[in-house]
Amino acid sequence: MNKTAKMIIVLTVITALSGAVLSSWDSITKPKIEYHQLQALKAAISDVLPSYDYYEEKAINEKTVYIGKNDNSTQPIGIAFKFDGSGFQGNISIMVGVDPSFTSITGIKVLGQIETPGLGTKIVVDPSNKTNPFWFPEQFGGVILSPQIDVVKNATPQNPNEVQAISGATITSKAVVRIINENIGMIKELYQSTN
Amino acid sequence: MAKTPIPLRKEFLKGLWNDNPVLRMLLGLCPTLAVTNSAINGLAMGLATTFVLISSSILISLLRKVIPHQVRIAGYIVIIATFVTVADKFLAAYLPEISKALGPYVPLIVVNCLILGRQEAFSSKNGVGRSIIDALGMGLGFIFVLVVLGSIREILGSTTLFNIQVLGDWFNPWMIMILPPGAFLTLGLLIGLGNWLNERKVKI
Repeated sequence: MNKTAKMIIVLTVITALSGAVLSSWDSITKPKIEYHQLQALKAAISDVLPSYDYYEEKAINEKTVYIGKNDNSTQPIGIAFKFDGSGFQGNISIMVGVDPSFTSITGIKVLGQIETPGLGTKIVVDPSNKTNPFWFPEQFGGVILSPQIDVVKNATPQNPNEVQAISGATITSKAVVRIINENIGMIKELYQSTN
Repeated sequence: MAKTPIPLRKEFLKGLWNDNPVLRMLLGLCPTLAVTNSAINGLAMGLATTFVLISSSILISLLRKVIPHQVRIAGYIVIIATFVTVADKFLAAYLPEISKALGPYVPLIVVNCLILGRQEAFSSKNGVGRSIIDALGMGLGFIFVLVVLGSIREILGSTTLFNIQVLGDWFNPWMIMILPPGAFLTLGLLIGLGNWLNERKVKI
């Protein structure tokens, strides 16, 4: 067998076998991975909305909103959606819940981020705050959306539309607020146009 | 090439100390520096890398007479990438938390010089048994350094070890230790310590 043919045959066989192994392994692990993603999504929705009996998924213009409802009423009790935007180092993705009239936030949860460990990561959990490690995301609960959410530095928020920045991670704190401010109007319009 | 065969015990132990992939050969430094902000992440990365290293070593040493010399690197990379993807999917399916913490560094095992280096330097020239022993030693050496590095950084940076509180409230955590500079500082000191211990051993 000449050299060139051998090279081609060997490499082809290796890559074909590799493809076979990967596709079968993928079909084994895929349901498990999707299950974990669904669990994470459900957990995030229940974290940002007031307690509901079930939620509906609704796609409006390629954007998915999750509408929390109670069994005894057709009126929604809250609407949740996912936003992405750039933070200090990379993408931040946040699940945000609002009340059906879009006046205030019911809760937020950071789903993904690659911010500075120990500083920017406090938007998820702040281990240095022993009394409430989740003070940053939790302070968004009840924040008024008009005219927009504002960030205050080194002070306790005085107005209902203000949240406090994390000291040492002002850019990350502002990024979270900016991502919400920038997107919420669009979601509001989309949602209200379909109702 | 092969003069007198090296005893298997030595083949195994060289990876742990004398030819330790991180401390002596300075291979695979990217994951070493990037993921060791906690002991558990270091352990998971070490185990994933060792899995890929052992599996690829077995396959490549079996195929060492089949793969033509000119396309060996392409062949090795396909084999390594296959095992890396298997490990990546495994972590995502069964250990989602760890998979999330390690992020893009699992797929990046493909380009870990330690793995390709061992294939080129060892598995492509030795039998299966010897290659497994070599990969096992190198893998354990890699895990050892990553866990030590992760432990030091986690204790000083987050006051915990394997997520268990080890230092009291009196200790103000050194933030720098879980940031990238902490990785460089700790690794530098560890390599220095390794060299110092080695020199002493020679003198005695």
